[in-house]
Amino acid sequence: MTFPLVASAIKVFVVFNLIMVGVALLTLLERRVCAWMQDRLGPNRVGPQGLFQPAADGLKNFLKEETSPAMADKALFTLAPIVSFVPALLTFGVIPFAAPLPTKWGVVPMVVADLPVGFLYILAISSLGVYGIVLAGWASNNKYALLGGLRASAQMISYEIALGMSTVAVILLAGNVTLSQVIAQQQHGLPFVIPLTIAFVIFFISAFAETNRLPFDLPEAEGELIAGYHTEYSAMKFSMFYIAEYSNMVTASALMATLFFGGWDIPFTSWDSTGEPSVLKTVLTLLSFSAKTFFFLFTYIWVRWTLPRFRYDQLMALGWKVLLPLSLIYITLLAVAIWFIRIRLGWEYGRGMAAALGGLNLVLLIALVWWLDRGRIVSGSVQEETA
Amino acid sequence: MAIGVKVMKRPTQQTSYLRATLKGMALTFSHLLRPKVTMQYPEEKSSKDWTLSSRWRGTHRMLTDEQGRAKCVACGLCPQICPANCIKLVPGEDEDGHRYPLIYEIDEFRCIFCGYCQEVCPEEAIHVGVHYENSEYSRDRFVYDLERLTAQTHPVSTLWDPSDPKGE
Repeated sequence: MTFPLVASAIKVFVVFNLIMVGVALLTLLERRVCAWMQDRLGPNRVGPQGLFQPAADGLKNFLKEETSPAMADKALFTLAPIVSFVPALLTFGVIPFAAPLPTKWGVVPMVVADLPVGFLYILAISSLGVYGIVLAGWASNNKYALLGGLRASAQMISYEIALGMSTVAVILLAGNVTLSQVIAQQQHGLPFVIPLTIAFVIFFISAFAETNRLPFDLPEAEGELIAGYHTEYSAMKFSMFYIAEYSNMVTASALMATLFFGGWDIPFTSWDSTGEPSVLKTVLTLLSFSAKTFFFLFTYIWVRWTLPRFRYDQLMALGWKVLLPLSLIYITLLAVAIWFIRIRLGWEYGRGMAAALGGLNLVLLIALVWWLDRGRIVSGSVQEETA
Repeated sequence: MAIGVKVMKRPTQQTSYLRATLKGMALTFSHLLRPKVTMQYPEEKSSKDWTLSSRWRGTHRMLTDEQGRAKCVACGLCPQICPANCIKLVPGEDEDGHRYPLIYEIDEFRCIFCGYCQEVCPEEAIHVGVHYENSEYSRDRFVYDLERLTAQTHPVSTLWDPSDPKGE
């Protein structure tokens, strides 16, 4: 009885620390990759290759003066960073990050809490993060901060729908919302990115908007709103928003890896998911999971330093006029296809079904690209001129 | 559609945001792997692409003759021409009637590094130098006296391009 509790406590401790260290290193990676993309070197002075730069930044933030605007709502002003910080860390709890680890006292599943409603939990908790941003914008008593908070709420609500819709496809195919079961399904057949390509595309775009990263960083928009919702924050409170943003990125990347790329599964092998659990398997699958997550984190940074920010109406148009209808149509088509394959043909999820759905997705993807390639994403979002 | 936003008409066939995005991503990724232009300053002060120009006007230097005395004859032209009024010169005369500076001080804070002192000097004594690292811990260290000016060893500025003295 005590063993699961001890194991859970250790897992919570390790995962929390890994995320915090990961986030710290991610801020460094962001700055260095940004520099490299601009033909610079980036921060490389503190420690080897600048590895201790995050520690120096952290120390600086601890020692900086805490400022508090005179007319701010003190309670909410202090609460806001906490409200955005906590859900960002909580969401990672249900993501399985490696194959089960065998110990002397029993097999430990490598997930902090394998909730039966895992995926719903993520949707519920991750949308709480917006409260932090809105409260920060409101409590600061600052026009720019308020505008940033307003934009954040509008944006998060708009893209939350497309995000949820794209994951309905995953749930349709997996028939389960427990993330470990979703991974097991993918190990059985092919990673869901093949039968659910378009769902992945929608999820990918929405995840960028949900984490407030460029090209969707309108809540911050330093060119227009100074720093958006965290204009009035300094020192560690500001740092907490920063950590929250990066932990959200980590969670979103991990979620993309889990839902569409097989999670901790090592691609093209069945060795890791069958047979007795072993320490080697745990380590290797952890590496596999980290590599997948890292790839998406890198993509986040890569996209940030490539694309300019959307205009507000373009952002809204992309969310409501493109992604939402697209995901609705896609779910309808996919549900019909799954019904046909499952009920009429009587197949279970496996290579064959994945390949068949993959073919359907390829056709749809080509049609989608053909449609988007006519410049319809942005110019389609504005009024057609009748001249 | 936001009110008052001007919508530019674009040729639909050529406007593909998808292709432009992918192109941009490819471009930034190629830059990721390219050689970097950053010069790591304290360790590396010049590279094959960039060195300090020989015409750079920096920290002053007073040249000396064979006996190690300053070449200055205290004619008073440099304090006269100095637009920032940063040169303090008190002339003296020895028993042979040779003039020399009793006090020669340059306030590097006031100096605007125009190089007129070097241009006007008939004896080619005072020069601006190809040197820029003159930080100090206290303000009074920025008034350079004659001893300090003669002790400088950095190369002096050519003020003009030696291969093209008339600037043609």
